[in-house]
Amino acid sequence: MAAREVAIGFTLNGRPASARVETHHNLVDLLRRFDLFGARESCGQGMCGCCTALVDGVAVSGCLTLALLVDGKSIETVEGLDAGGNLGVVQQAFIDEGAFQCGFCTPGFVLMTCDLLKRNRDPSDAEIRDHLAGNLCRCAAYPEILRAVKAAARRMR
Amino acid sequence: MTVERTMPAGQVGRSVKRLEARKKVSGRAEYVHNIVAPGMLHVKVLRGVHAHARIKSIDTSAAKAMPGVFAVFTGEDIRALVAEPYFGPAFHDQPALALDKVRHFGEPVAAVVAEDPYVAAEAARAIACEYEELEAVLDEVEAMTSPVIVHEVLKPAGMFPDLKHLQGKRHTNIALDYQLRRGDVDAAFAAADHVFEHEFHTQQVMHTPLEPMVSLAIPDGDNLTIHTASQSPSFVRIEIARLLGWPENRVRVKVPHLGGGFGAKLYIKLEALVAFLALLTRRPVKWSLTMEEQFYTITKHASTFRVKSAVTNDGRVTGRRCEVFWNGGAYADIGPRVTQKSGFTAPGPYDIENVSIDSYALYTNRPPAGALRGFGIPQLVWAYESHTDMIARGLGIDPLEFRRKNILREGRPQATGTKLRDAEISGVLEKLAERLEWSKPFDRGTGTIRRGRGIAVGFKASIAPTTSMAIVNIGGDGSATLSMSTVDMGQGSDTAMAQIAAEVLNLETEKIRVVHPDTDTTPYDMATLGSRSTFHMGHAVLRAAEHARAQLAEMAASLGTPDGSNYSFADLFKKKYGMQAGNVVGVGSFIPDYASPARGTGLSDNITPFWMVGGTGVEVEVDTETGRFDVLRMINAADLGRPLNPAIVETQLSGGALMQYGFTRFEEMTFDNGVLLNPSFADYKIPGFNDIPRDIENHIVEARQKSGPFGAKGVGESATFGVSPAIANAIHDAVGVRLTSLPITPEAVFNALRAMEKE
Ligand code: FES
Ligand code: FES
Repeated sequence: MAAREVAIGFTLNGRPASARVETHHNLVDLLRRFDLFGARESCGQGMCGCCTALVDGVAVSGCLTLALLVDGKSIETVEGLDAGGNLGVVQQAFIDEGAFQCGFCTPGFVLMTCDLLKRNRDPSDAEIRDHLAGNLCRCAAYPEILRAVKAAARRMR
Repeated sequence: MTVERTMPAGQVGRSVKRLEARKKVSGRAEYVHNIVAPGMLHVKVLRGVHAHARIKSIDTSAAKAMPGVFAVFTGEDIRALVAEPYFGPAFHDQPALALDKVRHFGEPVAAVVAEDPYVAAEAARAIACEYEELEAVLDEVEAMTSPVIVHEVLKPAGMFPDLKHLQGKRHTNIALDYQLRRGDVDAAFAAADHVFEHEFHTQQVMHTPLEPMVSLAIPDGDNLTIHTASQSPSFVRIEIARLLGWPENRVRVKVPHLGGGFGAKLYIKLEALVAFLALLTRRPVKWSLTMEEQFYTITKHASTFRVKSAVTNDGRVTGRRCEVFWNGGAYADIGPRVTQKSGFTAPGPYDIENVSIDSYALYTNRPPAGALRGFGIPQLVWAYESHTDMIARGLGIDPLEFRRKNILREGRPQATGTKLRDAEISGVLEKLAERLEWSKPFDRGTGTIRRGRGIAVGFKASIAPTTSMAIVNIGGDGSATLSMSTVDMGQGSDTAMAQIAAEVLNLETEKIRVVHPDTDTTPYDMATLGSRSTFHMGHAVLRAAEHARAQLAEMAASLGTPDGSNYSFADLFKKKYGMQAGNVVGVGSFIPDYASPARGTGLSDNITPFWMVGGTGVEVEVDTETGRFDVLRMINAADLGRPLNPAIVETQLSGGALMQYGFTRFEEMTFDNGVLLNPSFADYKIPGFNDIPRDIENHIVEARQKSGPFGAKGVGESATFGVSPAIANAIHDAVGVRLTSLPITPEAVFNALRAMEKE
């Protein structure tokens, strides 16, 4: 494998970071090197949302995002949400509503919910479902997730 | 959700939040996939491309020559390390890497290890394997008589007495033939006013836990540590020790959280290969499957069920003959247990005097099938509850009335002869009827949009006889640690078991620390499967906590604390040891009573420690022009005894039902001549947010499992039982067509509608 290493610099959860990555490495590979495991690979095809991270504020599938493309960008992961020691509103709502079982999909749902509520403080059920339709939960905690998103929206209003 | 009776105030019965909730919402829960060991190598395997083929040659030279490749191994290299490298819980039939033959599409043939997983993957593609293709047998009924034989000789593992007679058998694909005979079925059919006979099919599906299977083996001197996403750490330890000829104490198995299991991560899966490769390389070896690879590893049985009933004019079922064929795929895994444990409930939760059951586990050239949430029961309920409606409709009796007339009631013998105890089958049925307002008029729609309702109930025996053990350790400051080998794969066992310990010790659940499975320190547990943990481990934890409490009481007495006075645990330790020091260790173990079914008759007067009961009612709306249908309402009800944690119980009900909903409506592994066509989420769809019913209710039916810990029993599977037949029954109610194969796609409904029009 003719690997080519590239040096990249980026902001990671608010702090400057740099790494040397090979051209085929994806964002999940990169985050693992910083001991961040919240974005995790499951389907590897952009179908499940387990690998979600925010790049310059836009939610992306980490499994389909080449690491070298985040050069110069700002990355936020689920681990950044409680940086100050307090859980974010969305995270707390997920706990209160029991919106997960195994928790493997949870970081992706939490980030996508933050993404939704940033733009829409009062989403309808249909808007919530549509926004989260790219995330899969095999434990099928969907009814609880819907409640959690609504609870978080209420608290943020 | 309604909880019909609240528990006394305390730890048990409280909707305690999951102990690990904070870690899960912040992405910090531990999963095996997070673990990195110094010097770790990654495995990638080359997989076979035929359903059945002889391996003529394997050329690994190009792969070995690639820069960054540490080593390449074939089945023969494994055989040089371990003469008999075959594993499995029921049969020792599965090699870690194929030997001589591949028996299903996607079977591992050769393995590359490298520090960089991308290098390992590229090298695996560079291995050249030559095959001589063999004829394959893919269908479970054909496998009964096919000249194609999957395994030359049968090798039962010896753990299960009802498999012993298969030792050394040749020329057969039958990996278990379970028989039950009660009463006189022939006479019942001869005397019947009506005879109904139907055949039902289910498709092969996959669990697809979102955390793909992953195992990491780390050699350490004479010992081996295996970190694995497994539901059965104790079994992994025993099986790896057996394969290596080691004592158990040289194998350490550790399991953190699981990102879903659903039966996929049971018994032994990736652990054998990583253990062998770690010993061969003397390096830590990690094997992380992709989503695609999971489809080649374990699946849910496809099945064919032929059911025939003798019925009187007034709607009493007097006899039933069941023939069930389970498509076990190329390796038995736990399939023979599914065949027996589920097989004996095949006639359904009905009071039928004369019963005959033949249930066959079959080897075929498909990816192996094992346990999946329900352990065969959803396949059976699909058939018998569709059949039940078909009989009722055939007789012109309301399906609910027909069920009421025949339902198995408390104290009456089930097919095996075991009398029903603490099983609210009619309670579940009545709850569904009440919520659907069955007796009230119902808007059936008009024109091309038609509505219908359907109902279905099922039941399941627990897995016996199996053992659970637990340790409760009270430290010098009075804090409690619970050690057990139950695996929390999302079902909430850490929390529920901590609640039991907390209740006994009069502590707050949130203050109990639960130690995850580590066979060096956590005691034996048979496995986290079949909704057995609440009951079995629940009892073990209860006993361990009581044992600790009794020792503390003794300590108090010996220190002169007056009987009945309040004392803190910490004060006792301080008084006894003069400082914060010491421990009290409570141990508990549990194995329920059980009588295994007699060979030949299949009868037993104590076939299970408890029954799980679940049912579903739905309202559907069908577009008769296109076959599209929506489930407008879904009502799930279950008897789970008394809920230890109502909120977690509800997620188990709704999660189980929604998983089965995917299996009912669209999930299907499709094959072309044994080649799997859709092993990925791009091609194999699981339910997402827009695929599930909008209106879902879950009900815990008032009940108490008198023999259970605090009146509780298992719940993880119960809501799966009724989903598929309830939907088929509702579609029939709406538009008059009967679907007998899963999945029920709009296309299947469309075709059935057009076929009906032609008739
Ligand atoms: S792993 Fe990236 S979307 Fe599924
Ligand atoms: S909580 Fe298990 S996949 Fe969503």
